[in-house]
Amino acid sequence: MKLIFERSQEGRGCSILPACDVPEVDCSPEISRKAPLHLPQIAEVDISRHYTELMKQTHGVNDGFYPLGSCTMKYNPKINEEIAALPGFSKIHPLQPSHTAQGCLEVLGLAEKYLCEITGMDHMTFQPAAGAHGEFTGLLLIKAYHKSRGDTARTKIIVPDSAHGTNPASAVMAGFTVVNIPSGEDGCVDLEKLRQAVGEDTAGLMLTNPNTVGIFDKNILEITKTVHDAGGLNYYDGANLNAVMGVVRPGDMGFDVVHLNLHKTFSTPHGGGPGSGPVGCKELLSAFLPSGHVSCEEDGTYGFDAPSPRSIGSVKNFYGNFLVVVKALTYILTLGREGIKEAAQNAVLNANYLMARLSDLYDMPYAGPCMHEFVMSLEPLKKEKGVTAMDIAKALLDHGIHPPTMYFPLIVHEALMAEPTETESIDTLDGAAQTFREIYQQALDNPQSLHDAPVSTPVRRLDEVGAARNPKPTYSF
Amino acid sequence: MTVNSEMLYTKSHEWIKLMDDTTARVGLTDFAQASLGDLVFVNLPEVGDPVAVEESFADVESVKAVSDVYSPVTGTISAVNEELLDAPEKINAEPYEAWLVEISDITDREDLLTPKEYEELCETEGE
Repeated sequence: MKLIFERSQEGRGCSILPACDVPEVDCSPEISRKAPLHLPQIAEVDISRHYTELMKQTHGVNDGFYPLGSCTMKYNPKINEEIAALPGFSKIHPLQPSHTAQGCLEVLGLAEKYLCEITGMDHMTFQPAAGAHGEFTGLLLIKAYHKSRGDTARTKIIVPDSAHGTNPASAVMAGFTVVNIPSGEDGCVDLEKLRQAVGEDTAGLMLTNPNTVGIFDKNILEITKTVHDAGGLNYYDGANLNAVMGVVRPGDMGFDVVHLNLHKTFSTPHGGGPGSGPVGCKELLSAFLPSGHVSCEEDGTYGFDAPSPRSIGSVKNFYGNFLVVVKALTYILTLGREGIKEAAQNAVLNANYLMARLSDLYDMPYAGPCMHEFVMSLEPLKKEKGVTAMDIAKALLDHGIHPPTMYFPLIVHEALMAEPTETESIDTLDGAAQTFREIYQQALDNPQSLHDAPVSTPVRRLDEVGAARNPKPTYSF
Repeated sequence: MTVNSEMLYTKSHEWIKLMDDTTARVGLTDFAQASLGDLVFVNLPEVGDPVAVEESFADVESVKAVSDVYSPVTGTISAVNEELLDAPEKINAEPYEAWLVEISDITDREDLLTPKEYEELCETEGE
């Protein structure tokens, strides 16, 4: 299809932008543009058609099943959008006086209260814009904590090899050295390796629980104690919280700091819009939180805490992606205490159901029961028929299913990691299981047809290697 | 899958070729490049950087994953194969020619595998 710039025709235009309702200001000449901005000139009807055409070429949760592991692509309830669109939330200014935005502050206060209850934390910041940003922020808290105690030798963060790829990256960004420890046969943390790794240089441990192979680490209390005994802190990556929310709390597992992905666990749109990665912490880290923390007076008036002199500073402007928090709070209030727990239980049930429907054909390196996601290995099929995880993933596209996460976690060869989420019905799961089974049979009967997939998508198999080796990130016109 | 008989190997799939008593070249094995798939990016250290046994000194990226490359020896980087920065595919094409770095002043090295031992390791891991 054409780019919007290619649809542009000299002289066309539309008037969808509102008139300027503030006095115009002339900028100083040295920062002013010399030439007008090169924008497409296009009529409103053509803009509308352009984006509708784009929309038709994508696949989202509103199109079909989307079992992208560890991404929790759950349905985004429409009530979230309805509440976030209320003018009291959408037509405000971040700098307006707090007494004129009490409802917004209440949203932040309530969201903090409920999310702290769900995670077992004491305080929370909503500034981080996404998960990895939350990781970075949480690690800065750990760094500030050790520094405040004069404990400057703690420079290492321990990360198991089943961690999310962002964990080691965030640790390095925050100025730490990463110590990678291998998982045991069961996919859990190898306790002996952990004991060998901790020491006086340990700043902390980053862990996802349940981990990326969909297993809840049974030794979690022993793990967090081992790190605490060595003087380190425990960081909980909340990417997989959907498996356990309302059931067990990271704070009770021994974690000191946690980030959440509101765009995963709390049903706000994931991908294609702003995310939110709030960071919760125990009391011992609260003095280091970013500024802008909402407080509530005894009379019910909301305001802001005075900035802490020991704060790590701001990690984003103002209060983070506020409307995402509004949507997440809507979700929490819609489900309630029982509903949150039920969502987690159904997520686990759905994953186990799909796993059970496939385990006679597809190789499951870690025997169930699983938590909210499970990992298949296509290694045996690759050896036997030359059909890879990539081939299966591409074939799924032809059946209107978004593929599971591919080639991750790295500890499983030819991995496909599937996370159905709680919002899928048994009919959807049965349909997906049937499709997976048919594709498997196709791999045995006609492997070439899978190498050729997808055949029904707007574009066929893309040259990912070429795109990565010779990227063209700009468009010239 | 080939194993070059003139080199020694690590369990983490690097090859090492000793140039003299204290200098060696290090690269990725054929098994490593085949497992990683098409490489699209290589991040190499700078000349003069210290490296230590079993510590990461470089990383390679394929369309599947980013992987660390570990040093089999303790020493100092004396040369890097800058050709690979623009052409990481050379590692896929000729893994035993496409050395990543040269390390000098070697003071320590891990227990390295002989070509035969490494071949056995690959057979076990490939199962």
